[in-house]
Amino acid sequence: MNATATPPARRQLQTPKPPASPFPYNPGSLLSVMDLDLPAIGQLLARATALENQDPLTRDRILLKRRIALLFYESSTRTRTSFELAAKSLGADTTLVSSLSSSIEKGETLKDTGLTLRALGAEAIIIRHNSSGAPWLLEQETRLPILNAGDGMHEHPTQALLDLRTILTHLDPSSKAVILSDRKSTVIPSEAFAETKQTVILSGARRASAVEGSAVSPSTLEGVTVTIVGDILHSRVARSNMLLLPRLGAHVILCGPTQLLPDSAANAGPGIIVERDFEAALRQSQVVMMLRIQAERLAGQQIDLAQYKDAYQLTGQRLAAHAPKALVMHPGPIIRGLELTAGVADGPQSAILEQVRHGVAIRMAVVERALTAKSTIG
Amino acid sequence: MTTLVIKGGHLIDPAAGVDAPKDILLKDGSVAEIAGPGKIKVNGNTGPDVQILDATGLTVAPGLIDIHVHLREPGQAHKETIATGTAAAAAGGFTAVAAMPNTIPVNDSPEITRWMLSPDRSASVRVFPIGAATRGSKGEQINDFAALKAAGAVAVTDDGHPILKDNIMRETLAAAARVGLSVIQHAEDTRMTQGASMNAGPTAFKLGLRGMPPEAESSLVERDIRLVTELKDARAHLHVAHTSTAAAVAAVRKARRNGLRVTCEVAPHHFLLTEEHVGLYNTNAKMNPPLRSAADRDAMIEGILDGVVDAIATDHAPHAVHEKEVEFEHAPNGITGLETALGLCLRWLHKEWKLPLGRVLSLLSAQPAALLGLKGRGTLAVGSFADVVVFDPKAEWTYHAKETRSKAHNTPFDGWTMQGKVRWTISEGRIAFSATTPQ
Ligand SMILES: [Zn+2]
Repeated sequence: MNATATPPARRQLQTPKPPASPFPYNPGSLLSVMDLDLPAIGQLLARATALENQDPLTRDRILLKRRIALLFYESSTRTRTSFELAAKSLGADTTLVSSLSSSIEKGETLKDTGLTLRALGAEAIIIRHNSSGAPWLLEQETRLPILNAGDGMHEHPTQALLDLRTILTHLDPSSKAVILSDRKSTVIPSEAFAETKQTVILSGARRASAVEGSAVSPSTLEGVTVTIVGDILHSRVARSNMLLLPRLGAHVILCGPTQLLPDSAANAGPGIIVERDFEAALRQSQVVMMLRIQAERLAGQQIDLAQYKDAYQLTGQRLAAHAPKALVMHPGPIIRGLELTAGVADGPQSAILEQVRHGVAIRMAVVERALTAKSTIG
Repeated sequence: MTTLVIKGGHLIDPAAGVDAPKDILLKDGSVAEIAGPGKIKVNGNTGPDVQILDATGLTVAPGLIDIHVHLREPGQAHKETIATGTAAAAAGGFTAVAAMPNTIPVNDSPEITRWMLSPDRSASVRVFPIGAATRGSKGEQINDFAALKAAGAVAVTDDGHPILKDNIMRETLAAAARVGLSVIQHAEDTRMTQGASMNAGPTAFKLGLRGMPPEAESSLVERDIRLVTELKDARAHLHVAHTSTAAAVAAVRKARRNGLRVTCEVAPHHFLLTEEHVGLYNTNAKMNPPLRSAADRDAMIEGILDGVVDAIATDHAPHAVHEKEVEFEHAPNGITGLETALGLCLRWLHKEWKLPLGRVLSLLSAQPAALLGLKGRGTLAVGSFADVVVFDPKAEWTYHAKETRSKAHNTPFDGWTMQGKVRWTISEGRIAFSATTPQ
């Protein structure tokens, strides 16, 4: 038989559909930004604000003596500290298990480590892991509330939520314009952890913030273009943001060289486009998120750094010429002089340290949800 | 040896061109007689040595042949043994399986080949070992194919790995042709798949997993076809294992039009599932080659329907439960397949996509037998081996992995609806599986 004898309507053949996802098993889990519908996102934003404003002396009753394990297979300063402070300010007891722990070094599997932590009384586990998907495995095996603090090259949902909160703080809900903060009123991160009732006023910006209202809708970020620049391929921050922000109406532009940004990235979800020309992307952007090149994940690829900086480094000059009003964000750690210049990192458009502060607030809300969420299925 | 009479069934023997109600007499391990219903006279009629199987309403067909299974012995008996793997084969209607050489140690010697064939392995059905093409399947030094063949090997391959180097593959094709063995290629240019754990594309990007591009398969198939062309030896036979990409099927189709002896097999998971079935890191949907795009999957269906695909082979690859309960990128490749192949082929190829039952059965018996030159198999012509499957072609049932006869449970088809329930599997005249046999 030859190919011309093939029935024409091949694509109309019925084929088996993929099964529905059983995840998350636990209503308190936050594995992916896709686990949250818009009301749940609004709820988290509202709780973040409420918890941030709450008297620390009553706030620490919320999860008093509840046990939360931090299971970190990758070293992390910012995220680990942020989660730890968030859990502690709600009164929870935290314990850190790192990949340097003896059981893990001896080859214990993630499943066994998870079951052991559960047997020790952990009521929720915050996990950072170098393998994409590890939090799903951990949830499947323990059925505990699992909070994904970054898995491989996959997702980092709390980072996307804190980025969203950062953007909303700067958004004028009526004009949809992004309002840059007055540097003098921005706090340094240590103050955010201070045990005093303190809210941070970003003059102008905060008053216009949509965070106060908290309800989010498919049009909350309508008209806002967010460009994510650099090593998209290896970035879990990029993936979580590109899956979250378009659901609130934002346009996401991914920008970087093909080596670090495959064309197929545009198909990751709706509202995402790929633009190789950094300056063209900047001209359309209200928000620019810069990413670090993850040398540890390059897997033998060579990047010509001089060429990279030439095309994709965010310099003061580029910013002034193409996006003088855009908010500059970075999930950290930043490499000054590589993906962005020191001047931009410290400049008036930078929201990098604000992001850190929003991280603690968001993680308080996420940790609270982990231990208080009720299953809707009963 | 018992004499078996299968009465009242409907015989489908594509190789013999039979599709009619027939009774069959099996004697001394061979097919002794085929006759119209009620026409077989058994000498002495009802002696204790004569067993009559009532196949009323059932289909009787040549026992199925799977030319791509991993039985894990020697060396990995915790995953599967020849005994458990062939018990699963019998339950699935298979009477012969070709065992891949990626055992520990690799089956690259007559000694290991003979060890696998020893009666001590307690195989339920016939095992045909496939020898390693190169020493330790390392792709460097070619084995003694004549010696492997003499010990019982029916083909050579480095499956699990490709034969990557041009000169080694060229030599392998030439040396195998001289002794009349097929070369089975695991077509994967491993230079393109380092660290990858699923198909390359948007799904892999979204899951943050490194991907295996389809070109890693098709480029090696194209290279191999070029080598066969250059060899100019009519005896040379290249068989492409577990074909999964549209481009690879297209290359095989073209080679065949050019008169080359190039064949290919497709596994049920590659004509049924896509990369979407990986879901959220389901390690039972991880295998190599990986589940591909919908377009590739459609090309597998098309290749089967239009005849370019020569065989359905399961790539039965059992793993212990704990080995699959790990991070996706660390999980071993492979899924089981022996117990689900017939049920999936009848449910989808036949019922859904209207491939005639005879064609489905041919892809599972006559064609694979011809491909590996297994004489007297894949047909029930008088004088052939008494390898028979008797099944209810209409019965729908649900597959439960926990009820498997394999040691392993790693299948994405757990809970799936199957069509066609095996009633008996007869291997060389002996009942190897009966639906009423307790596990
Ligand atoms: Zn293979």
